[in-house]
Amino acid sequence: MDLITPSLGLIFWQLVFFLLLVFVLGKYAWRPILSSLNEREKSIEDAIELAKKTRNEMAQLKADNDRAKADAIIERDAILKQARQTAEKMIATAKNEAAQEAKAEIEKARKTFREEQAAAVSKLKDETSKIALEIAEKVLRRELSDKTSQEALVNDWLKDAKLN
Amino acid sequence: MSRNRSFKVFAISILSFALSVFSSQAVFAQHEHEGHAEATHEHGKTEEFNPGQTILHHVADEHQWHLATIGESHFAIPLPVILYTPTRGLNIYSSNAFYHGSGEHDGFHLHHEHFTSEDGSHVYDFSITKNVMSLIISVVLLITIFSIVKGGYAKRQGKAPKGLQSALEPFIIFIRDEVAKNYIGEKHYRRFLPYLLTVFFFIWINNLLGLLPGAANVTGNIAVTLTLAVLTFIVVNFNGRKAYWTHIFAMPGVPKWMLIVMTPVEIVGMMMKPFSLMVRLFANVTAGHIILLSLLSLIFIFKSAALSVIVGPFTVFMTMIELLVAVLQAYIFTVLTASYIGAAVEEHHHDDHH
Repeated sequence: MDLITPSLGLIFWQLVFFLLLVFVLGKYAWRPILSSLNEREKSIEDAIELAKKTRNEMAQLKADNDRAKADAIIERDAILKQARQTAEKMIATAKNEAAQEAKAEIEKARKTFREEQAAAVSKLKDETSKIALEIAEKVLRRELSDKTSQEALVNDWLKDAKLN
Repeated sequence: MSRNRSFKVFAISILSFALSVFSSQAVFAQHEHEGHAEATHEHGKTEEFNPGQTILHHVADEHQWHLATIGESHFAIPLPVILYTPTRGLNIYSSNAFYHGSGEHDGFHLHHEHFTSEDGSHVYDFSITKNVMSLIISVVLLITIFSIVKGGYAKRQGKAPKGLQSALEPFIIFIRDEVAKNYIGEKHYRRFLPYLLTVFFFIWINNLLGLLPGAANVTGNIAVTLTLAVLTFIVVNFNGRKAYWTHIFAMPGVPKWMLIVMTPVEIVGMMMKPFSLMVRLFANVTAGHIILLSLLSLIFIFKSAALSVIVGPFTVFMTMIELLVAVLQAYIFTVLTASYIGAAVEEHHHDDHH
């Protein structure tokens, strides 16, 4: 029955060495090992967390970019539209002004022409009456008997008078 | 691939043959030694191979480290014998003094690994026996191994583990997460982790060392398992909270008069837990050793070396199983310790829990 009779000496040494082992390993092995493990696990967790966060930030950034891009497109379209409108307005204004100016010019030209025509007509009238007077004067002065020769003479003078 | 496989088969056959030859030598040597000892003590007894006696001697402790006996010469490492008697105080000898000659030296007798004093006073034996020596070796090994592992963590701070560190890290994490955290709970497990880890690796390495040829049978010794079980008992009961003690002395939901029956049962249960731990480890490890030695004894019982062709591979197979048992028993002891601690530190009592 030696096999199941615990011996005092072995119990004593087992107690001494096992407690020594618990103390030594506890202090110099388990504590640093477990804290390193915890640290590593924490750093891995943090890295994963950071990656997730970065990914979210990237998505956010992308969304922001997309929105900015969309905004820029809208703004560009608005600017372009406005520019086009301005240009159209400018062209319209310019056209209008040009038309008005041209009209005024034409009016002016017409007026000048009318004045000149009137002047020319009155001058012609003056000239004609003057010529008629001169012809009448010359006819009266010559006293012509012959009707034919008188007519020839009038025609002759008329020819001369046509010049003016 | 097939070349590798045939190499493995070849290596295993060589190994099993070598093992069987070596072990048969050892057993034969033991038989010689035993027979010799028997002859000195009981004159005229015939030298018959006694497998039971041989096996029991192999799994038991001794005061020297006997390695082999070839012919008439014994190869053994002498170990210190430390004896305390109330009358003579502390005496230290070499075990050689008791194994060479009559087994009597300086007023002390060694008979069947037990010391008696000539003056009749009780002898307290604190000798560094084969088991104590093996214990010291395992402690040195554990401290060496885990300083290397710790060094790995210091050297590769926050990086992937390497070498011994990466070999043992899964076990450390397993004990932490699956055993301590699982059975004791998030709140208290940290305090008990050093004890649980030490118990696990101590039992494992001593189980493995015990499988080496010529090694001591430390975890298959009742004194060692008793000490471990008592330590667990102390750790459990010193950490027992209100719910734990209520469960034992005034189990809730049980009629008062029933407590007369229930309380003694619970107290027996409290004692049975460490007792089962003690017996389980002792019996499993010792049984494994007895099976291996019995197999090898077959060669001597049938006095046929040819039998080693069958016994050898089977012994190797059993040794493989023993390798599994080595880690399994360490795990079981640790898990049960953790579950007992878990029950002790539990704060809320569940009605469905018994």
